[in-house]
Amino acid sequence: MLMLTCKQASKLVSQSLDRPLSWSERLRLRFHLLICDACNHFNRQLRVLRNAVKRMMQHTEGDSTIQLSLEARDRISREINRSTESGYH
Amino acid sequence: MNNINNWLNEHGDYLYRFALARLRDTHQAEDAVQETMLAAIKNNSFDGESSARTWLTGILKHKIIDLQRKQIREQPISDLIDLDASDTSMDDFFDSTGHWLDKPQTLEIPDNALEQKQFLKALSTCMDKLPAKLATIFSMRDIQEIDNENICKELDITTTNAWVMLYRARMGLRKCLEINWITG
Ligand SMILES: [Zn+2]
Repeated sequence: MLMLTCKQASKLVSQSLDRPLSWSERLRLRFHLLICDACNHFNRQLRVLRNAVKRMMQHTEGDSTIQLSLEARDRISREINRSTESGYH
Repeated sequence: MNNINNWLNEHGDYLYRFALARLRDTHQAEDAVQETMLAAIKNNSFDGESSARTWLTGILKHKIIDLQRKQIREQPISDLIDLDASDTSMDDFFDSTGHWLDKPQTLEIPDNALEQKQFLKALSTCMDKLPAKLATIFSMRDIQEIDNENICKELDITTTNAWVMLYRARMGLRKCLEINWITG
């Protein structure tokens, strides 16, 4: 069977991000994408999604206004002191 | 160990942001930093060859995965097994013949800085709406870029389960983005 349904095609599109597709899967997917705009959009969307979440991560990492709260910093500092006092020489 | 408290002062915020970007939860991110500092005391193998920050970040990466594993394992196992029945889990998106109920639309990250910020905010909201375990595995795969084999090992799930969960997570996110961004 050469024809995939959109449901099958979209599953392969997602899995292509997680594993190498087999030769026949690639062929059938490519054929489906030739004739189906919706699945082409879906394919593109998943790649956009991947880029976007990475950009989101970089924004958080680079945002110097995001800091440990004073409470958290104190708590961690206390834990460090407790841990170094108990049995470490 | 004064050293460690100095490290907390110098690198604490950096490590916190690193953890927050991956765990997306302030309490969990704080826990990850604390665990990293305590592990740094216990396993004092810092050789000064890499920077302290690089060394601490290496520990932090493992602590983040530990927290994610815990989060996934606290979910009832039946929920994970349920995912094997993948054929019904996509009924929201496809009709019985496998056609899209709503055809996916064009979706692009805007170039304009302000719009891009709004886009990422919409994405963040969508991730919050995702079931926690799906958000976690999606983060591990698409944000942390851990390979599938290691995700399965860490979470003790099958590769098929992982594929199904990732498929569902991505499907839900792109749909949510369409609603919140394109028409928003
Ligand atoms: Zn299609």
